[in-house]
Amino acid sequence: MLFFSFFKTLTNQTVTIELKNDIRIRGILKSVDQYLNIKLDDIEVLDLDKYPHLSSVKSMFIRGSVVRYVMLPRSEVDVGLLEDATRRGE
Amino acid sequence: MERLSLNETAGNAPPQQPQSQQQQHRQPQQNALGPSAPTTSGPPQLPPQMFTTAAQLLDLTDTRFGPPRREETDWCVAKLGSIRYGRRKRPLQEALAYHKPRLRWRNLVANLVLQDTIERIYAGKLYADVPRGIFLVRGENVLLLGEVDLDREDDIPTTVTKAPFEEVFELKKKEDSKRKQGDKKRHSELQALGFEPEHSGEILF
Repeated sequence: MLFFSFFKTLTNQTVTIELKNDIRIRGILKSVDQYLNIKLDDIEVLDLDKYPHLSSVKSMFIRGSVVRYVMLPRSEVDVGLLEDATRRGE
Repeated sequence: MERLSLNETAGNAPPQQPQSQQQQHRQPQQNALGPSAPTTSGPPQLPPQMFTTAAQLLDLTDTRFGPPRREETDWCVAKLGSIRYGRRKRPLQEALAYHKPRLRWRNLVANLVLQDTIERIYAGKLYADVPRGIFLVRGENVLLLGEVDLDREDDIPTTVTKAPFEEVFELKKKEDSKRKQGDKKRHSELQALGFEPEHSGEILF
């Protein structure tokens, strides 16, 4: 639940998501659910030349199970709070 | 199909069922939010959080089911090896409307129906379109579901050019086998060092 609540605090921020097949997508995090499925708006695919499939996509739903990394805006992460929450194990 | 969805929603919204399909289209949101609303009797309900995934998708589908803002909406689904590029048109809305209760009840993640599907194959700097028809995609196979920007839809990147299907398919087969061999080699080398391959050699794109 920690990750779920954490990602919820990041809604409407710009994040970069790397999928397990190496595609990296930057977009505005619109919503997230308990499976960590993610909805992104105004997306931009980094390295688009390699993945022309996604050239005309503007928003997407990403299945949580295929996400490898979510790269966060540093300024939006309260590290102290996050550490506390991690220790509490919630 | 019709009977099935009738049974499935019987516990939730019995009075909605006799309504015409037209009305069903206008009230998709109610159906979608059904599980969170308290029900009086009927079969046991799953907790509301079980539906968030389906609910997210329904939120997406609302662009189709809601008031006709657009004649049609394009979607693409990225799945094993190729893109499936679906254009859904109005006549299928009934069928899709019946699909919705299934999504809700089964809590199946990202199950999809696509109509007028075109598979676009990319290989090297070439691509080809293959008409495929209707797709029923099981959620576990879905990598992502993207909404196509209608303004940008026809802007195909200049790096790729259209070619006959056979040519692209041959090239793709070659590319795939080459990549498979490379992956196999890398995995065996990594495994010797104690690393497990991430998706057991399966190529997602």
